[in-house]
Amino acid sequence: MAQHMNLTLKVWRQKNDKTKGQFVTIQAKDIADDMSFLEMLDVVNEDLTRLGEDPIYFDHDCREGICGMCSLVINGRPHGPKYGITTCQLHMRSFHDGQTIVIEPWRAAAFPVLKDLAVDRTSFDRIQQAGGYVNINTGGVPDANTIPIPKRIADEAFEAATCIGCGACVAACKNASAMLFVSAKISQFALLPQGQTERYERAQAMVDQMDAEGFGNCTNTGACEAECPKGIKLSNIARMNREYFTAKFFREEDVHTHN
Amino acid sequence: MSNSKPVLSSSLGRKLIMSLTGIFLCTFLIVHLIGNLQLFKNDEGYAFNNYAYFMTHFTPIKVVSYLLYASIVIHAVYALVLSIRNKAARPVNYAQFDGKANSTWNSRNMGILGTVLLVFIATHMQNFWWKYHNDQVPYIEYQTDLATGNTTSRVLEASEFNDYQVTVDNDVETVKARDLYKQVDFAFQNPLVVGFYVLAMAALAFHLIHGFKSAFQTIGVSHKKYVPIIEFIGVWGFGVIIPIGFALMPLYFYFIK
Ligand code: SF4
Ligand code: FES
Repeated sequence: MAQHMNLTLKVWRQKNDKTKGQFVTIQAKDIADDMSFLEMLDVVNEDLTRLGEDPIYFDHDCREGICGMCSLVINGRPHGPKYGITTCQLHMRSFHDGQTIVIEPWRAAAFPVLKDLAVDRTSFDRIQQAGGYVNINTGGVPDANTIPIPKRIADEAFEAATCIGCGACVAACKNASAMLFVSAKISQFALLPQGQTERYERAQAMVDQMDAEGFGNCTNTGACEAECPKGIKLSNIARMNREYFTAKFFREEDVHTHN
Repeated sequence: MSNSKPVLSSSLGRKLIMSLTGIFLCTFLIVHLIGNLQLFKNDEGYAFNNYAYFMTHFTPIKVVSYLLYASIVIHAVYALVLSIRNKAARPVNYAQFDGKANSTWNSRNMGILGTVLLVFIATHMQNFWWKYHNDQVPYIEYQTDLATGNTTSRVLEASEFNDYQVTVDNDVETVKARDLYKQVDFAFQNPLVVGFYVLAMAALAFHLIHGFKSAFQTIGVSHKKYVPIIEFIGVWGFGVIIPIGFALMPLYFYFIK
């Protein structure tokens, strides 16, 4: 049998990015401990709707930890008190009856609040558009293993590619730096033969876009790596730096502007 | 088509400046510590004062010392610029932020630690560098019998001192020098100075435990074999041995001399 609990939520409510937000205290009653955190918010929202109040806005989509839409800083931690999971994978059994839970949006200049807990992460999209792609002719399905890639390298590229673009790294970073995200997106191509064509352009273009979006500067605290639901490693940032400095100091490739 | 932004106005370029100046300052610490170990010699400062003269008058070292001053300034200025930008990257702070769950205290407070160190460097240079360069330290004369190796010393009045001088006469070597050693001894009789120096060395330890390995991460070093070595040197060399070595100097003069 599921245990039930009553919780006090301190939720950030904000109309839009033009207005100032504030914390509002809301009671969450009779929450089953096998609910996910988002289901708990669903229950709260149903109550609010029934009372004729505006439900709490929060981002979500897949609810199985693969899309990167859910966010929330819960009691001072992106994606809540556990490591290696997203908010949709967080169960209410991680909390106890009578607990007060503070829920805030990702806070970064480059992630403006759309409403309440939902933030605009299109800055990530623009970084991707600046260079996070490869130009290939799709053609037919290629045979497997036509391009030999050492397993170690393939694994490393794959690990980098598991980044779901959630932005928890930015949220966790005291500098609101996006370097873990950007480095994962650069690494997944830099490691593979298919990514070589745009390799050095990519590093420059994506770093430029990252800076233009107003993300902060990494101070290597490692908070991003600790809070990343996909375990993206700091060594990716080292790789990004290598790619970028190599491009800058040893290659002279121009970067296209895509607008 | 347009060129990418110049490297030094990019986030990574600015970080690179922090990294390179930081590593340079770390190498300086090694030299500074080894040189200053001569303070522990029981020779009335003979070795130390000669060394002080050499370090301030040998041209290649002077060149390096100007690079060093520049590095301190650049490191501090870039830290300030980056901190301001980082603050701007998060205009609204978290009401609750559990930093210790994902990072070390010192890695999150490099700016505070660095500020302590900057104040320390200013005090330190005022105490010794400034006084040494502006004739505000006492003078001393050493006479060494080259046959026996015995050294005697006597305080020189300002009127008896022209410049650093080494003369050998009748198998007796006479050295006239600025007595920085005495100034060190004098400064470290003040418990406030001693306390501040020890505190600053604690700040140095925490600054470098994060800073040293961080500098290599920024340059892009990630290697299964070498990164652990870098981390080891960062913690034990720059986080323990060097700060303790420096901290022992004021403690030695206060408690033992
Ligand atoms: S690096 Fe991790 S925390 Fe950052 S966006 Fe990707 S998955 Fe999310
Ligand atoms: S809703 Fe898709 S990862 Fe959480």
